[in-house]
Amino acid sequence: MNLKNNIAISDSGFVFNPSSGESFSVNQIGLEMLNMLRQKFTTEDIVTHIEKGFQAERPTIERDLNDFIDMMNQYHLMQDEDE
Amino acid sequence: MITKKRYERPVIKKLESNMPNKFGMRTEYEPVLHIEDIAIKDLITKYGSPLFVISEKKIRRNYQAAKQAFETRYPRVQFAWSYKTNYLNAVCNIFHQEGSWAEVVSGFEYDKAIRNGVPGSNIIFNGPDKSEQDLRKAVTNNSLIHIDHLDELYLLQEIAKSTKHKPKVAIRVNMDTGIFPIWDRFGFNFENGQAWDALNKIMFTGTLELVGLHTHIGTFMLSPNAYAVAAAKLANLAQRLHQKYDHEIKYIDMGGGFASRNTLKGAYLPGVDTNPTIDEFAEAITSALINSDFRPKNPPLLILETGRALIDDAAWLLGSVIANKRLADGRRSTIIDIGVNILFTAFWYAHKVTPAQKFTSYTEDTVLYGPLCMNIDVIRDNITLPLLNKGDQVVVHHVGAYNMTQWMQFITLRPKVVLIDQNNKVHVIRNNETLENMLELEALPDHLANFDL
Repeated sequence: MNLKNNIAISDSGFVFNPSSGESFSVNQIGLEMLNMLRQKFTTEDIVTHIEKGFQAERPTIERDLNDFIDMMNQYHLMQDEDE
Repeated sequence: MITKKRYERPVIKKLESNMPNKFGMRTEYEPVLHIEDIAIKDLITKYGSPLFVISEKKIRRNYQAAKQAFETRYPRVQFAWSYKTNYLNAVCNIFHQEGSWAEVVSGFEYDKAIRNGVPGSNIIFNGPDKSEQDLRKAVTNNSLIHIDHLDELYLLQEIAKSTKHKPKVAIRVNMDTGIFPIWDRFGFNFENGQAWDALNKIMFTGTLELVGLHTHIGTFMLSPNAYAVAAAKLANLAQRLHQKYDHEIKYIDMGGGFASRNTLKGAYLPGVDTNPTIDEFAEAITSALINSDFRPKNPPLLILETGRALIDDAAWLLGSVIANKRLADGRRSTIIDIGVNILFTAFWYAHKVTPAQKFTSYTEDTVLYGPLCMNIDVIRDNITLPLLNKGDQVVVHHVGAYNMTQWMQFITLRPKVVLIDQNNKVHVIRNNETLENMLELEALPDHLANFDL
């Protein structure tokens, strides 16, 4: 699963999906994850990056990232790799 | 050295500008870090989680404010602490120190009040279940017995004959005060004449001393006017007794049931903003009494048995986050170590829940579950909370009434209760339960002592 290419993300955490017209807000960690997903980093890389910069254990970050991706999927912000 | 930033779990929230949803508005902008200047973190570290915390200062302030509300409007006022609301001895004795009598509804509560040192004549004995033994004790101690039904009235007459005592009694009167539901299961009905009939029975036989009239119109009442109707109806009975028997009752007991500042489930606006204040109840009751036709030589004592409104906001329940989960429909769920077994009032109220540590402005619509492996264990069906992590602490507000009496030992053991005194010293006033406490009451037949698996 990848982030849809046309999703607009602002520096302040405002996310816009032009296909549906829906908008979202993300917090700082969410924004970092979203930007890395857009740059096609693997989840492994994202977890390592967050672990370096924030006070959290790896399993917690992994669990939260998976949950975050699930939510993005539920909001139709993700697409299959072959789409 | 690189300092790592504080971690907060990632959250994405859809921005909606259409209809309001059932999660309502976000109201918790500030974390609650201290109770009476004591850090919540320290309380949990020292006494464990969950933990009930009661403020002596707040109880006394509430009591004094209520007393003032009534005494500035009516010459003779007496409060009686409703034991069933919270009968921890420390709590009862704060009220007794302030001047409250005791209002009890069972033999167990009666004995507790006596053991606390309340003189028998300052105990009001209410409720439908008073055994003969209870009644004999209450009669001997000169307690004020509020008769609930005719069987009790007849039993009291027999006790009076056999003991040569003249029991001091009142009857409990139920009535239509314009609210729904009408509490007609306790006492004698005003409208259909039951109450007047019971009063005549007492006056004609002469074995009992009719000292008062009592009503308790409901619970968590949001309409002060209902009390005005009730007070007027009791005053009417008092006036009729005066006319027919030249008998002046000594007190009118308006019971309790005043709403606290909690928010009832389903209410749109927070209780702190919408529920009537104690002054509004006082105004309704005292105006109705003063403006009634009842004109005795001495105004009867006005007794109030309010419990909830005096204690609810003087207690907090501290707890910790056990886990975060995502429900199938995408909602966030957070599990805390506070269950409905110790927070019984979660069935009635949308309790205010506040994080006990600083947080950012991001929130999630959350279902707050307790720790019990039971589907009913829901503390809040829908609440907007900041992003809580495992181990974070929360404060549940306004838990002083009924929780520390209606709680049950179910699945988990009941926690400690601490009291912060007026000098901010913390005292354990009820210890946490242990497995040994529970096993003490059990007995195992010999043939069930062993097994092979």
